[in-house]
Amino acid sequence: MENLVIQTEKLSEWVNEIIKKNKVFAPVKETDFSNFKIVNDYSEIDLSFLLPMVPAKKILFKQTETLFLFTPGSKGEVKSKEISDEKLVIFSIRSCDAKTFSILDPVFLGDYVDPFYKKRRENSILIGLSCNKPNVNCFCTSFGDSPASRDYVDILLTDLDGKYLVEIVTERGKKFIDDYKKFFASASKEDLESKEKVEKLAIEGITRKMKLEGVSEKLGKMFEHPIWYENAMKCIGCGTCTFVCPTCHCFDMQDESTLREGARIRVWDSCMYPEYTHHASGHNPRPARMNRVRNRIYHKFSYYPTNENIVGCTGCGRCIDYCSVNIDIIDIINEVGEAKL
Amino acid sequence: MTKSSDSKISIQNPYEPWLAEVEKITKEVGGARAIKTYKLVLQDEDAKKNFNFIPGQCVMISIFGKGESMFAISSSSTQKDYIEVSVMKHGKTTTALHEIEEGDIVGLRGPYGNNFDVKGWEGKNIVLIGGGIGQAPLRSVLNYILDNREKYGTLDVVYGARTSKDICFKEEFTELEKRDDVSVHLSIDVEEEGWEKYVGFVPNNLMEVKPSSENAIAITCGPPIMIEYVIQNLLKLGFNEKQIFTTLEMRMKCGIGICGRCNIGNLYVCKDGPVFSYEQLKGLQGDM
Repeated sequence: MENLVIQTEKLSEWVNEIIKKNKVFAPVKETDFSNFKIVNDYSEIDLSFLLPMVPAKKILFKQTETLFLFTPGSKGEVKSKEISDEKLVIFSIRSCDAKTFSILDPVFLGDYVDPFYKKRRENSILIGLSCNKPNVNCFCTSFGDSPASRDYVDILLTDLDGKYLVEIVTERGKKFIDDYKKFFASASKEDLESKEKVEKLAIEGITRKMKLEGVSEKLGKMFEHPIWYENAMKCIGCGTCTFVCPTCHCFDMQDESTLREGARIRVWDSCMYPEYTHHASGHNPRPARMNRVRNRIYHKFSYYPTNENIVGCTGCGRCIDYCSVNIDIIDIINEVGEAKL
Repeated sequence: MTKSSDSKISIQNPYEPWLAEVEKITKEVGGARAIKTYKLVLQDEDAKKNFNFIPGQCVMISIFGKGESMFAISSSSTQKDYIEVSVMKHGKTTTALHEIEEGDIVGLRGPYGNNFDVKGWEGKNIVLIGGGIGQAPLRSVLNYILDNREKYGTLDVVYGARTSKDICFKEEFTELEKRDDVSVHLSIDVEEEGWEKYVGFVPNNLMEVKPSSENAIAITCGPPIMIEYVIQNLLKLGFNEKQIFTTLEMRMKCGIGICGRCNIGNLYVCKDGPVFSYEQLKGLQGDM
């Protein structure tokens, strides 16, 4: 589709125009990391961190969500929760975070449709930002993706030093950008070549490689392999890997109520906790950390590929970055590839 | 809300339950492992009209403010105006359920999961093997078969509980024993004064009953250890893997395959289960 450019000094003006009509989520600095937050002015945005700590999935699949309201007790009544129709813009989303949604779509929009996710998915415009300088644990290229991928966003920005290349990827993106024509000029051949250079450099900057060939099939034969015991030894079961993961979608449902009013709330949960699967009878199908570590890996690299024909990992590297005991998912998968059966 | 596209029920939010009135509560078992059966009637006429299920399927029951849990429907789908669930007092939600009274309101959504292939089993001899509260989903099949008795062959019901006081649906078993088109084989685990029927575990009683595997389907539900030995004994009796069915349980929250926790391998018990043939079960690789 159309390729445009915007001068870097105009970017703030454009974004501020977007803010006037949309709820805009963008990376905001918090102590020594950034996170996606609602911004009211461009000045709040900080693009100096490659990845916000918590992935952009939290915007569509909120960490806490009221599912419906009720009157507590034995004469209960239910009141539906209205789902806001507001227009959302996720600004500066990286390709690994944007890919999240193509992985989560079959989960939330499958046999049963999650109305909260659906509404926000339909109402959000993804404005991507190419990665000029990937992190040390980035590995999106292992999945055939690129740090400057156009695949999962509506509009893709690439920093060309002094200006941004603005690639319109989808029809929705085109419709969206039409409102802001005055900020853009057409991109030249040189601009597109510059982007290619940026992309090439970024790809070269990714040094880590997850070898995925045959892994899904091989996992089918490795359920009882000692590798799971070995890798779970270090794990302290904190669950951080699941909370910073762009594709983890497990949740808990809890009732919160006072005497007169209540709500059923959905909150992110983690398969790394024993309570997650603990039956009322006392039985637990995943009682040991080994079971839980194994299930996490299998879910992403065996069950997802089997059920949805896609690997449940985007290569963002957060679970490696934030693991307090240095468990490394790339090493585990590569170990699977090398393991003798 | 049902998966089938012909359903006219359109609830936008699959997490939001309908309201159901508790029309009747039957105390099945008392004491520490108390069991009660709840007869539930949907308040919304459209929902009531369109609520269709097949034995084996489950529903999510809410006590507002306390929580929500998944239960097997224990009534037969031939009963159109109500459903029943039979609940053992065990955790937070079930304890709250045991405190409610007739006329109270609970939340209900479903039906969920797959089902027993009762239509496909027409013409076959049926063996039901239950233990404790595991009889709940079997009761749904049992009553379905009784309501369509002429469509099935012989019907054997093997059931056991820890003591005679722990026998669930006691009155119904008594009524059942009077019929000549059903063979009932009750047992208790340890000897008791006045008990003249079998004493011992359900798998052992099954070996006494010795049902023929010919043209038969066996369905078992109960504690995991019981299921394991029942299956072993069924194999000894000549049943093959395709003739043996069980229904599994897991901790569940959403009931619709999204929240993640009830998986065994790549299957979700809430959506892809709870009914599995032994053939499927054997091929499953996962934490159970």
